[in-house]
Amino acid sequence: MTSLSHGLGSSVGRKLVVAVTGLALLGFVLGHMVGNLQLFLGQDALNGYAALIKSKPALLWGARLGLLAFVGAHVVLALELAAENKAARPHGYAAPGRIQSTPNARSMTLTGLMILAFVIYHLAHLTWGVTHPADHALVQTLADGTTRPDVFSAVVLGFQDPLVAGAYLVAMLLLGLHIGHGIQSVFQSLGLTTSSSRGTFAKLGAGLTWLIVIGNCAMPVAVLAGVITLPEGVA
Amino acid sequence: MNITVRVWRQEGPAATGHLETIEATDVSADSSFLEMLDLVNERLISAGREPIAFDHDCREGICGMCSLVIDGVPHGPRRATTTCQLHMRSFTDGATITIEPFRAKAFGVLRDLVVDRSGFDRIIQAGGYASVNTGGAPDANAIPIGKGEADLAMDAAACIGCGACVAACPNASAMLFTAAKVAHYGHLPQGEPERDRRVTRMVETMDAEGFGNCRNYYECEAACPKEIPVDFIAELNRDFRRATVQGGSR
Repeated sequence: MTSLSHGLGSSVGRKLVVAVTGLALLGFVLGHMVGNLQLFLGQDALNGYAALIKSKPALLWGARLGLLAFVGAHVVLALELAAENKAARPHGYAAPGRIQSTPNARSMTLTGLMILAFVIYHLAHLTWGVTHPADHALVQTLADGTTRPDVFSAVVLGFQDPLVAGAYLVAMLLLGLHIGHGIQSVFQSLGLTTSSSRGTFAKLGAGLTWLIVIGNCAMPVAVLAGVITLPEGVA
Repeated sequence: MNITVRVWRQEGPAATGHLETIEATDVSADSSFLEMLDLVNERLISAGREPIAFDHDCREGICGMCSLVIDGVPHGPRRATTTCQLHMRSFTDGATITIEPFRAKAFGVLRDLVVDRSGFDRIIQAGGYASVNTGGAPDANAIPIGKGEADLAMDAAACIGCGACVAACPNASAMLFTAAKVAHYGHLPQGEPERDRRVTRMVETMDAEGFGNCRNYYECEAACPKEIPVDFIAELNRDFRRATVQGGSR
């Protein structure tokens, strides 16, 4: 009988891996959003959350390496499948037609690569402190005299620049296009879709997509609109 | 009706093809699409020119031989209709119609609009059957099968293997065809003993033939003249997962 590795190397098997890693990444995006929404609770809440994560290096690095592996597998296999798909139709149609496929389904590779580019920019902005080193170096001094990174102010200062906030908003719209097709696609590739559940999965996908897009866009929009402002003493 | 056809002409598998524009005048609106091509061919022959090569057989919509991508859609603009069952009244007088062969690396053009669809035969040979011990014919109703399951098997078996799914798929994937062939045994007890080996072997052959990978565009479902739903693709994915990841041994 077909071995596991042989099965996972096939077209259907690799799609299964893309689906499972995509689902895991979606779980991360949801968790990341819920954590970040503490921006609305103020400086102490968000900085405390950031300090809590940093205080568990084993968990943090385990999650980071896991994410890196998932992103790697998701991107590499998806690109490999896309290259095969291109090769499967060497001669296109002079009069190409489209019946019911959606534009976002057909631009998964493009939106995926743009999201990857955004993730690198996002890490350079807030994790590595490459694009805004001064903001990244900000610290909050607590009542007992100890200090911790002032993530809240770094985020607010970043989003006060319309170009930065715009980049985040565009990226979230791209993510929405990507997962808008991706979520229902995961259930199909995992073989969980049936004629009766197809509509439910489509609605679940649309609901989660809007939740993620609105939740993430709320933060730069709130800063741009002046709803969230810098704490006293930070310029 | 007077129409203009832009039709793909290619002398052989290795030749470079081109779109040729031909005026088709005085075509009956009640003629089928293939009858329109017959008329064009008779006129080409009378003029001492090579007729357009195209596949066809039963002209009743059940054999799966006719093909053609008409204005970018396999089997033309009417849903659930094969090219042979498409009539010229579906087009407007004076229209320009582009006719191309099914395009896929796995479906090489043999001549003009005729493509080699033997890749489908090899997918069937890999597992699209139920092995039986020969002997006396069993009683027709010896194995009871529920109405719902029998209907699903019949829905899948409606696939005529024309290849429109491959032609419509932006990735030239043969998943809908393969899924229908897997499912029509998967819903019957006779298919059960070879369930795991059937799906793995058919997928393996499908990949080896050079068809693309399914990306859940569902373009195939819309182009299928037999309206095979993509739910069968989810079933194939489920069977494949059970057979490989969960180590099935049937």
